[in-house]
Amino acid sequence: MKRKALSMILATAMVAATIVPATAVNAEEEGKVLNIYCWNDEFTTRVQDCYPGYEVVDATHGKIGDVDVVWNSTPNQDNAYQNALDTALLGQADAAADDKVDMFLIEADYALKYIDSEYAMPIADLGITDDDTASQFQYTKDIVTDANGVLKGLSWQACPSVLIYRRDIATEVLGSDDPETVQAAVSDWDTFMATAAQMKEAGYQMTASCDDPFRVFSNNVTSKWVEDGKINIDENIMNWVKMAKEMVDNGYTTTAGLWSDDWSKGFYPDGNAFCYFGPAWLFDFSMAADTEGSIGYDGGWAVTEGPQPFFWGGTWICGAAGTDNPTLVADIMKTMTCNADVMTTIATEKNDFVNNQGVMEGLAEDENFGDAILGGQNPISMFLAGVGTIDMSNISNYDQGCNEAFQNAMHNYFDGNATFEEAIDLFNKAVIEKYPELSPADVPAAE
Amino acid sequence: MKHKKSKVVSYNKWGYIFLLPFTIVYVVFSLIPLVSTVYNSFFENYRSGLTQIGPNFVGLANFQTLLTNGELLPYFGNTMIMWVMGFIPQILLSLLLGAWFSDPQLRLKAAGFFKSVIYLPNLIMASAFAMLFFTLFADTGPINSILINIGIGQFRFMSHAWSVRGLVAFMNLLMWFGNTTILLMAGMLGIDTSLFEAAQVDGATSTDVFFKITLPLLRPILIYVMITSLVGGLQMFDVPQILTNGTGDPMRTSMTLIMYLNKHLFSKNFGLAGALSVLMFFITGILSLIVFKVTNTKVE
Repeated sequence: MKRKALSMILATAMVAATIVPATAVNAEEEGKVLNIYCWNDEFTTRVQDCYPGYEVVDATHGKIGDVDVVWNSTPNQDNAYQNALDTALLGQADAAADDKVDMFLIEADYALKYIDSEYAMPIADLGITDDDTASQFQYTKDIVTDANGVLKGLSWQACPSVLIYRRDIATEVLGSDDPETVQAAVSDWDTFMATAAQMKEAGYQMTASCDDPFRVFSNNVTSKWVEDGKINIDENIMNWVKMAKEMVDNGYTTTAGLWSDDWSKGFYPDGNAFCYFGPAWLFDFSMAADTEGSIGYDGGWAVTEGPQPFFWGGTWICGAAGTDNPTLVADIMKTMTCNADVMTTIATEKNDFVNNQGVMEGLAEDENFGDAILGGQNPISMFLAGVGTIDMSNISNYDQGCNEAFQNAMHNYFDGNATFEEAIDLFNKAVIEKYPELSPADVPAAE
Repeated sequence: MKHKKSKVVSYNKWGYIFLLPFTIVYVVFSLIPLVSTVYNSFFENYRSGLTQIGPNFVGLANFQTLLTNGELLPYFGNTMIMWVMGFIPQILLSLLLGAWFSDPQLRLKAAGFFKSVIYLPNLIMASAFAMLFFTLFADTGPINSILINIGIGQFRFMSHAWSVRGLVAFMNLLMWFGNTTILLMAGMLGIDTSLFEAAQVDGATSTDVFFKITLPLLRPILIYVMITSLVGGLQMFDVPQILTNGTGDPMRTSMTLIMYLNKHLFSKNFGLAGALSVLMFFITGILSLIVFKVTNTKVE
């Protein structure tokens, strides 16, 4: 009987919630558990430090008022996060109120998949207006706008990317660690390769992995990874293959995968990689800057624009359709992405390049602002220069799976374990295993 | 009389009741999944992003795909190569250790201690073990540091087919030789000691005793060890999966059948994964039968 009564009350509450417009619902009548799906603790730490009233319970649990916040984290690699999120979202309609996904995070590599689905709530339905998002960078809104022009996600960061180099190696080999000197040595891919040869002579690797420059090429493509259900290898991806093969053959770099131990060795003085390619989050969040003895810890990095502008990653927040906490979801999204004070805090304390034009332009001109990891350099104006050039027209739902599979397959070619044709064949196999509906790519001309 | 008869019947009832737990567990956790796997193998059933495709009945199309795309044979080959590379040294080592441990004349000290120690690697989770080897043999890992320091130079273990296979085989050997030794030792201790004494009286050397008495009498245990190891070998997954980060690289030369199965399951492709499982079921069955027949026919 008790259970029956309880279910009656719950059912009434749910009906009531659907009748009353979401914005008018008092937060206290909403669900008691806020489920957030994510793949690392980047957003978690930002909410912990910047969202008013958030109490930390442990690394994956917190409290906002009397609502329990649960962070459901699945690692990103090999589509694992997407698969976990898909399963949760497909079960959304049947899930109990406390088990429903309330909010989920997505990356640019697969944003469209969720944005073009019914599972991401339009921002307007959460009560967030165009005025609220006016100072956000346009490309961050383009990525999460669906085919009908409806904005469905928000981000607190923008990810224009730069070339991150080691000051000590630059001084030793190029004569100066000044960004302008280094920029002259990496201004286009030919000079980049010439510098790589110089690095090799001095006993250093140009990059930690042949995959480091991959994003620079894959962001400057003129076609998508999948066109009309067929896998497609863009000309610029082929340019990467040619350059990476030459780099590996000449010993300028290795075929260690991104995020592998061998790749991460370069974060420390005994690693010998000269540069990495990436946005603010890479050197602030992923390059062991908190670990004593690392290069970042001692402020040994600096940045310069590099051969070509590109962006990498970025995290968007979506409200899940069917959430039982719409007011709280809306408030977190608004506070964490639209509030200029919070944006300034994140920019100055976490060193993110935040998604607010005014705040970033202010910081670019602030002579007191500098990033300790970069030895006090203020990188903001370089990022601001790149952010306007980001073109998102060639992203597809399949980017994560294709990017990972392509790099893996090509390592076999670079290492001499396969011919180019065999490597393309392996790439096709691996992609079709992930997305059985696709048909294989033609083998492009190797030279 | 009638009273007595009813008592017999009620005893029989207990037989069925005692059988029930096993039957229920078997049906729920083995039989139903088995049947549903076979059933699933006839359907096109996968998820493309957030869209569910199928299930549509496609007959034997999944089997046709698997048998004609030319991937099954190389992966089966990889699995068997890595199993054989691990199993042959393992059985030799286990026979030797088993013979030593079970030989009372050697008067080994602290035999119990060593029996525990050789079993220990099996207690480590296979994935943790593979992670450890992955780090040890990485391009900039400790093994390569040693190689460089003693002047041999760097060897990229993960970029050569035979070094990856060798590492997988070596890990499987390390993890399982203790278990095999214990099994073989139990078999050896079960042999009547009077046979050994009689042989010694007749002037047999210990080599003669081993090959002419111990081995033939050990045959049933050897068959058991071979079949369980073969089935385990065909299901090889965690060690190569973790060691190669799921890629089976270089060029999938260390990809096993179960890793291939996992690729399909990971993208929720239940149709192809089901068909592959059914094929695995037959392959395992046939190989076990062959091992059983071959090892049994020699007995006269």
